[in-house]
Amino acid sequence: MTFLSGIAASNGIAIAKAYRLVEPDLSFEQTKIDDAAEEVERFRQAMNKSKAELEVIRDRAKIDLGEDKAAIFEAHLLVLSDPELNTPIEDKITSEHVNAESALKETADMFVMMFEQMDNEYMKERAADIRDVTKRVLSHLLGVQVVNPSMIAEEVIIVAEDLTPSDTAQLNRQFVKGFTTNIGGRTSHSAIMARSLEIPAVVGTKTATEAINNGDLVIVDGLKGEVHINPTSELVEQYRNIHEEYEAQKAEWAKLVNEPTVSADNHHVELVANIGTPNDLKGVTANGGEGVGLYRTEFLYMGRDQLPTEEEQFEAYKAVLEGMAGKPVVVRTLDIGGDKELPYLELPKEMNPFLGFRAIRLCLEEQGIFRTQLRALLRASSYGNLKIMFPMIATLDEFRAAKAILEEEKQKLLTEGQKVADKIELGIMVEIPSTAVLADQFAKEVDFFSIGTNDLIQYTMAADRMNQRVSYLYQPYSPSILRLVKMVIDASHAEGKWTGMCGEMAGDETAIPILLGLGLDEFSMSATSILKARSLIRNLKKSDMEKLAQEVLNMQTTSQVIEAVNLATTK
Amino acid sequence: MAEKQFKVIADTGIHARPATLLVQTASKFDSEITLEYKGKKVNLKSIMGVMSLGIGQGADIKIAAEGSDADLALSSLEETLKKEGLAE
Repeated sequence: MTFLSGIAASNGIAIAKAYRLVEPDLSFEQTKIDDAAEEVERFRQAMNKSKAELEVIRDRAKIDLGEDKAAIFEAHLLVLSDPELNTPIEDKITSEHVNAESALKETADMFVMMFEQMDNEYMKERAADIRDVTKRVLSHLLGVQVVNPSMIAEEVIIVAEDLTPSDTAQLNRQFVKGFTTNIGGRTSHSAIMARSLEIPAVVGTKTATEAINNGDLVIVDGLKGEVHINPTSELVEQYRNIHEEYEAQKAEWAKLVNEPTVSADNHHVELVANIGTPNDLKGVTANGGEGVGLYRTEFLYMGRDQLPTEEEQFEAYKAVLEGMAGKPVVVRTLDIGGDKELPYLELPKEMNPFLGFRAIRLCLEEQGIFRTQLRALLRASSYGNLKIMFPMIATLDEFRAAKAILEEEKQKLLTEGQKVADKIELGIMVEIPSTAVLADQFAKEVDFFSIGTNDLIQYTMAADRMNQRVSYLYQPYSPSILRLVKMVIDASHAEGKWTGMCGEMAGDETAIPILLGLGLDEFSMSATSILKARSLIRNLKKSDMEKLAQEVLNMQTTSQVIEAVNLATTK
Repeated sequence: MAEKQFKVIADTGIHARPATLLVQTASKFDSEITLEYKGKKVNLKSIMGVMSLGIGQGADIKIAAEGSDADLALSSLEETLKKEGLAE
């Protein structure tokens, strides 16, 4: 029995067998073979096994993902039957007496090179298809298991170095009970994804892929951030109990779905959700979200090879606005750069991507991209209660420039006879300390603020949030951060505006009492955190929390703040 | 031997799905079937061969079949091209 500790990224307990999502070792040596006919036969068998496997994957993809997405596997199957690939490989085995592995690799590489050299983006991608197919055949020749996340047909816990959005898209939610990764933190994509899928996850274990073998029984404790490998039956029993208690607790919270979010002394705040795609709306409604506080539009741009069209974006925005049926939806315009790359934009690599050409900086420069998104948003605005916010605003000039572009597009649409909502609130993300400090001036021109704590903390502390060695500086309860938050809230209220928060901090049990005391108007979090937060707020008195907030603002360290919150909330 | 000229009208050209359909159709026949574009001739039963031509909208292509079922093969391919709105 072994134990790993990591970061609790998504609540809950999962107990299942491990499935390693790790690339297998496909290395081999070129050897001379004696019996060419036998080697050709071995090659054909590997091809046949690969075909059979792909047919199953294709059929499942048709059911789970639709004909469109299954088409790619149809093409893969044709590559396997391609005489222009098979004949040269078999000829090579026969005439040169080389093993099937090297005949396959050399022939396939030739095609990969040919496709990669084409100047058509679409054709270049076909090189990846051939590589993919070759890997599958190679794995059968070498007798190693190739990873087929879409083939998973029993309850598993995924073990991986990291999970990309496209990895997660392939996972069958019915069978994936939890996951654990080597790298990542609470705000990495894998963690955000786990919370939106509502499956327990522990990230940043450093060694999960080394310590866990396929088929090991694994417990993922997403409450404490622990992973137990091949646990004793006593421990499994213990965890089954914890799991049941947690489920019971969740059932208790579920009773609050249709209740308002009011403190014990009757002060109302809004609890809204962070979403990435229209598919996330189900979770928002199921968890009693009072709206959407952050719609991350970059998912529309990711996992594809060209920009989404105005029409595609319009459909997505319209779906979200209609889905929320008049409840507020705050859409953040494209926030790309930093840890979120778009390969097809071909942006140069930067030394400090988090401090570089990203978000609104990119949009003001690449105006075509920005204008397309704004047009789609404006056209969708008449289908619900849309609010727009710009990410990474550092100066008032940036806000004014972005607003001017929005106005231009609005006028154009109106001239074209399109319908646009009369009043669309326009706000900014407060992630950069300069903006927090100058919030009183911004408040005169914006309709609202939304504090993005993940970035605000990394910029205030000068600590890269992707760098584990400085992760101790991710201190949301530091009095320095709390003072910045207070400045922003106070500045908005002085101008009759409102402030929301859409970072991880907004759903954090320790932060919520302080934020309530500071007067935060809107808390935006993972949908799954909403009911727990509502339950917490209903038990707090705002007047008490105001006193607590005053107190912690004058403290010296994070640990003092945590202690004060614990004291104030447990009495 | 049977052969025929076509003009590609699909705005995506002969990419992914269309190429898949043509290769699937061609593979049903015993005849040797070739696709010619800009002086390059490839085996129409080879997906990689077909894709390597990078055939776009407006391209003039020639399909030729040789063998016992050559005529039938050609008319089937013609039917596929027209039914899918790929070429005329």
